[in-house]
Amino acid sequence: MSTPPTKSGTRDFPKPEFTDAEAGALEFPSSTSRSYNYFTPARMRASMYEDVTVDVQPDPERHLLQGWIYAFADGQAGYPKDWTELKSSDWHTFLDPNGEWEQTIYRNNASAVRQVQNNLANAKAANAYGAWAAGWQEFVARHVGAWMHAEHGLGMHLFIAIQRSAPTNMINNAMSVNAAHKLRFAQDLALYNLDLTENIEGFDGAVHREVWQDDEIWQPVRENVERLTAIVDWAEALFATNVIFESLVGELFRSELVMQIAARNGDYTTPTIMGVGENDYARDSGYTRALFTMLVTDETHGAHNIETLDAWTERWLPVSLAAARHLQPLWSQPAERVIRFEDSLDRAKDRLRGVLADLRLSEPKELSQ
Amino acid sequence: MSRQSLSKAHQKITELSWEPTFATPAERYATDYRFDKSPKKDPLKQVLRSYFPMEEEKDNRVYGAMDGAIRGNMFRQVQQRWMEWQKLFLSIIPFPEISAARAMPMSIGAVPNPQIHNGLAVQMIDEVRHSTIQMNLKRLYMNHYIDPAGFDISEKAFSNCYAGTIGRQFGEGFITGDAITAANVYLTVVAETAFTNTLFVAMPSEAAANGDYLLPTVFHSVQSDESRHISNGYSILLMALADEQNRQLLERDLRYAWWNNHCVVDAAIGTFIEYGTKDRRKDRESYAEMWRRWIYDDYYRSYLIPLEKYGLVIPHDLVEKAWDRIWNQGYVHKVAQFFATGWPVNYWRIDGMTDDDFEWFESKYPGWYNQYGKWWEAYNRLSKPNGHKPIAFEDVGYQYPHRCWTCMVPCLIREDIVCDEVDGQWRTYCSETCHWTDKTAFRPEYEGRPTPSMGRLTGKREWETLYHNWDLADIITDLGYVRDDGKTLIPQPHLDLDDPKKLWTLDDVRGLPFPSPNITLNEMSDAERERFIAEYKVHPNRTP
Repeated sequence: MSTPPTKSGTRDFPKPEFTDAEAGALEFPSSTSRSYNYFTPARMRASMYEDVTVDVQPDPERHLLQGWIYAFADGQAGYPKDWTELKSSDWHTFLDPNGEWEQTIYRNNASAVRQVQNNLANAKAANAYGAWAAGWQEFVARHVGAWMHAEHGLGMHLFIAIQRSAPTNMINNAMSVNAAHKLRFAQDLALYNLDLTENIEGFDGAVHREVWQDDEIWQPVRENVERLTAIVDWAEALFATNVIFESLVGELFRSELVMQIAARNGDYTTPTIMGVGENDYARDSGYTRALFTMLVTDETHGAHNIETLDAWTERWLPVSLAAARHLQPLWSQPAERVIRFEDSLDRAKDRLRGVLADLRLSEPKELSQ
Repeated sequence: MSRQSLSKAHQKITELSWEPTFATPAERYATDYRFDKSPKKDPLKQVLRSYFPMEEEKDNRVYGAMDGAIRGNMFRQVQQRWMEWQKLFLSIIPFPEISAARAMPMSIGAVPNPQIHNGLAVQMIDEVRHSTIQMNLKRLYMNHYIDPAGFDISEKAFSNCYAGTIGRQFGEGFITGDAITAANVYLTVVAETAFTNTLFVAMPSEAAANGDYLLPTVFHSVQSDESRHISNGYSILLMALADEQNRQLLERDLRYAWWNNHCVVDAAIGTFIEYGTKDRRKDRESYAEMWRRWIYDDYYRSYLIPLEKYGLVIPHDLVEKAWDRIWNQGYVHKVAQFFATGWPVNYWRIDGMTDDDFEWFESKYPGWYNQYGKWWEAYNRLSKPNGHKPIAFEDVGYQYPHRCWTCMVPCLIREDIVCDEVDGQWRTYCSETCHWTDKTAFRPEYEGRPTPSMGRLTGKREWETLYHNWDLADIITDLGYVRDDGKTLIPQPHLDLDDPKKLWTLDDVRGLPFPSPNITLNEMSDAERERFIAEYKVHPNRTP
């Protein structure tokens, strides 16, 4: 085999050259065509988000001339639209209201990380954990600790999984960001737990695994999470998680319990971390509602989609409601009990009722009981 | 975060996973690989608390450079020859990037090891970053470079051009078929570990030599994430090797993935680097020299060969064959010549080669002028519309090639063409290995062993079939490769924008039927086909 020529060993470098190849140097056909013209933006001018997201995942129904060139063993290829029971006249209509792309993902998550780190540093400097009420330490170790697993499980085995599945880049990217939120928040809680282990004498930093795996209070929640990850239909998984589970269990635990009672128990740190997770969910709930609103208002498929979503509500609401009800003993565990479980659950139900009504879905009887 | 605290933090986050007892995650993507005997190991130790701020900082540097490039009028110095090829490259690459994100659940589902899931999850986020940061780079080019045509139809053109389809393998190959074949061997073990070196390191240095320092800024930032992805791939590879039954599949997949990556990536990046540059210093490395360093030495000798200690049979023959194609058989030159032949159905402009280029090519690839020089002279002679046809339709001694059914790059090394009836259709292949890929590897049985998870080659694989005997002007109109005056073509076989008379229009290419080689082949009798292939192999394709 012959070998390529070797370098001479002398120092050499490219010579810059003025080419005058900047915009406006000459006028010719298309010399001012300076926007992506293969999609119709939502407004007069495309947003940065649209420019960097739309049509990156091609579609045989749009521009993909030769079709998908690899298939699975069963012949399905690319991003089949029948990977969900829901139907759309044009899946590409969906745009993430959060407009998530590279810069927003890193700015928001880095900001969340900094917020958490600053709070923890301040709490440590102020010896804030020393003011915790009796029993609160155990509550945080056991139950705030257990919640990290729910976030991690959904991030790793639900949202990462389904971001491979939807028919457009806009939907899949939104779900990717949702996955990133869940995983980061789970780690936020885990590292908070580590911080507490290192700063509070006697804090049990290992018990959260046992509680999540075996404590009766948490088993229906774990069952709910595991069953959600087992859903094959990506839109059902998204709906059952971000609409049903998050309303009845996620917000119930994070907002209605931990964030309400922590301060009364001398803890101002935990709510700030939970608040970051709630902020993530507010964003994730936003894209979820926008997607399902598009689907239920679809002129051709709206009725079918409403019927399907109603069936999914019937299927998943009892599961999440049972999980929520099993958490009830947590409301009586802290020394300072400031709210009743039923009041908290009512608020969670009210929120879910509002979401279902906005989506033109039926209200299951369980929500009134 | 200190190393000690990072280590503790990483140990803590390994506590997040658990063994499910009520239900297990949905199995969406099948694999024939088995990981029951795999050791558990996390290669990455990446904690999101440090990951997000680190990437944000990397982003800030990239966007700072972008602002600086605009303020510093970088586009007064960029070479149009280079920028035009970016219309192709940057239309392709965001799709493989986002496909890599979509591939992560395939690996996570296939490898029942939470230790490695964290690294794959971080890779998913990285890949979303890469896709959108590259789309944004292209947007900047569109806004500030002299000729935005081609950038403005980017993702549409990627979807309907033959060249985009060739590139699409480097993306669809990540997300379809056997989960480990696709998401680990093809994507991570070969594409990311071997070929991102030429994509994201060699090519940016050529961009800088052509006045474009934004491509290096963005792609080196991207490449700094790749080392983590390479660790993911290597870990899964080692885990797969723990089960003897996986060996046969790994050896099959290494052959397929290596060869397909070579066919696709070397065709594209080799062309960009050799034919997209104005830097003709004799000391500049040729693509062959870069390949020898980055792929042969760094990947093959330092990464693949050491795997032999695990008893894995490495495709030495295919590595040598790829090198032979690049160094002795003119693979890159033939691909560039083909791109330039097909200029009317591209969405970028292709500059002709000059005496300086000829001299450089001859010094780097002795014998180059004898094979290609006169063709490029003909290309220049036919570059301005003047009553003649585009070069593909003029007799310059160049016979339009057949497509390879597998890699979809044409069968340009003519003596290696393979013709076979597969699935009831006569198909041509660029090489024995591409023939094997279609006929043997992508099948539900491999060497007598059931491989029910293996993918299939599908789609309308020969682009010309879709426009069989259409008029060239109608094809270009249908593709949308027409400028905003409704008649001037986006593609041009030269870079002169100063005089509208030098620009080809639809009228200049009307009346030229464009036949499909594959349809024509299937219309031949057996004797005609045999004779045709024999002649194809010995056709010199040299301009007299």
